[in-house]
Amino acid sequence: MISKNDVEHVANLARLSLSQDEVDKFTTQLDQIISMEDELSQVETEGVKPTTHITDEINVFREDVPVDDGITRDDLLSNVPETKDGLIKVPSIIDKGETDA
Amino acid sequence: MNFETTIGLEVHVELKTKTKMFSPSPVTYGAEPNTSTNVIDFGFPGVLPTVNREAYRLGLMVALALHADVTKYTHFDRKNYFYPDNPKAYQITQAEEPLATNGWIEIEVNDVKKKIGIEEMHVEEDAGKNTHGDDGYSYVDLNRQGTPLIEIVSKPDIASPDEAYAYLEQLRKIIQFTGASDVKMEEGSMRVDTNISISPIGSDKLGQKAELKNLNSFNHVRLGLAYEEKRQAQVVMAGGVVRPETRRFDEASGETILMRVKEGKDDYRYFPEPDLPAFEIEDEWVDQIKSEIPEMPDKRRTRYINELGIPEYDAGVLTQTKEMSDFFEATIADGADAKQASNWLMGEVSGYLNANKLDLLETKLTPINLSTMIKLIQDGTISSKIAKKVFQETIKNGSEPKAWVEQKGLIQESNPEVLTPIITGILDANEQSIIDFKNGKDRAVGYLVGQIMKQTHGQANPKVVNQILMAELNKR
Repeated sequence: MISKNDVEHVANLARLSLSQDEVDKFTTQLDQIISMEDELSQVETEGVKPTTHITDEINVFREDVPVDDGITRDDLLSNVPETKDGLIKVPSIIDKGETDA
Repeated sequence: MNFETTIGLEVHVELKTKTKMFSPSPVTYGAEPNTSTNVIDFGFPGVLPTVNREAYRLGLMVALALHADVTKYTHFDRKNYFYPDNPKAYQITQAEEPLATNGWIEIEVNDVKKKIGIEEMHVEEDAGKNTHGDDGYSYVDLNRQGTPLIEIVSKPDIASPDEAYAYLEQLRKIIQFTGASDVKMEEGSMRVDTNISISPIGSDKLGQKAELKNLNSFNHVRLGLAYEEKRQAQVVMAGGVVRPETRRFDEASGETILMRVKEGKDDYRYFPEPDLPAFEIEDEWVDQIKSEIPEMPDKRRTRYINELGIPEYDAGVLTQTKEMSDFFEATIADGADAKQASNWLMGEVSGYLNANKLDLLETKLTPINLSTMIKLIQDGTISSKIAKKVFQETIKNGSEPKAWVEQKGLIQESNPEVLTPIITGILDANEQSIIDFKNGKDRAVGYLVGQIMKQTHGQANPKVVNQILMAELNKR
């Protein structure tokens, strides 16, 4: 069972702001999706490796050689709302500490 | 009530590559903000990551040096979270099938050896760097975004802050010797997070752990953990409970300070990274990397003791860093006596480095010059007193010792045909000293040697001087 709380929690993790109507709607929809997955999980999968990828490609590596794509810092920062001395300006995040790398 | 401590360490190490983990933009240190980035690091729509082969190779090398089992079938996963230093809003990492599992490190604390297990290690990308302005804003530089990291997660086998310190020292040393990373805490190429819990002795249940971050040196790790050990014991003794919280070490007070209380498990919503295909790590590749691992510090240390006759303590110091160990080996490869080379590196060289706060490779000293100087001492060309002058010149200005000694006229005088007339001359001028000597006053000899040295500007070979002087004195 998916609860409204679950929907609100997941929405918050994805930084989505939902109206009460939307929460109700998505609670019903997500509950249906999860129920369907419950049904799928009844299939016998003993000895079957999980499918993480649907292509047969494996071991695609890139060699360690720098590439200059000609795109400048100004180009990269052109979508950034506010910059200062080439840095991206964002609301203060000091109280949350560093993230886990 | 007495407690036992359980510590786990998570160590992030930057892998030394030319380009990033998932993009071909260059890895730099100290470049202008946001110049070592590209559309992939910025997470622009439609871009695709690619895995840096060299980063994976270095990761495997570290794993093998830590005796871990390489995971054959692996893939990358997305770890989702929002933070300004992470423009994609996810980090590509290996969560389900890490690069390797089940490694170990042997540490020694108070002469007791202990194996500390390593749960797993995985490669991933670093985040950008935030700086916090005093204007209510933070500023983001994405140059570091995408730098390849290996994260090494210990088993909770560490029982004291001293063991944690020893584990980190050993881990740093091993990785440094593989050449996979610079492993410098002060430059951020090695970062340490810890968790620690206490439980009553004999209890089979682990206590609630707290995380400790913001540790800028191994010593801070040790101090922070020691503080935390005490703090948690006090909380429990006072009838309280340790909360699942993240704390940081405050350098100034030596205390740990609450950053945030963790409300349940972090919800990262991992799933397999759809933009990168899976990997099947080939045995041949692993075997090849295994054969390329340089000799590890413990092996070198044993070899120095057993084959070169270096004292145990000295062998330990010489294998503390790869630079020092390589330098030592190059010096003796050039023909210098191993014990002399060791003594110089442990003594004058280390003294010079400490006094000037330099790394060995930042000086102008070369193994060839050091070995040349040692050979000059051994064949009697220069005295050990003059050698100290030669050393200063060589390490400061990079002068070739032999040429410099000749140019400055510092070659030691060992020729009896040159020294004998000087000595007899001084004896003629010091009748009183001869009388004193005959009367058994040994001090007279010291005085005479001093006079001879003065006249030869310290260049007379003391051993030869002594022989001639005694012979001449006995003749009178």
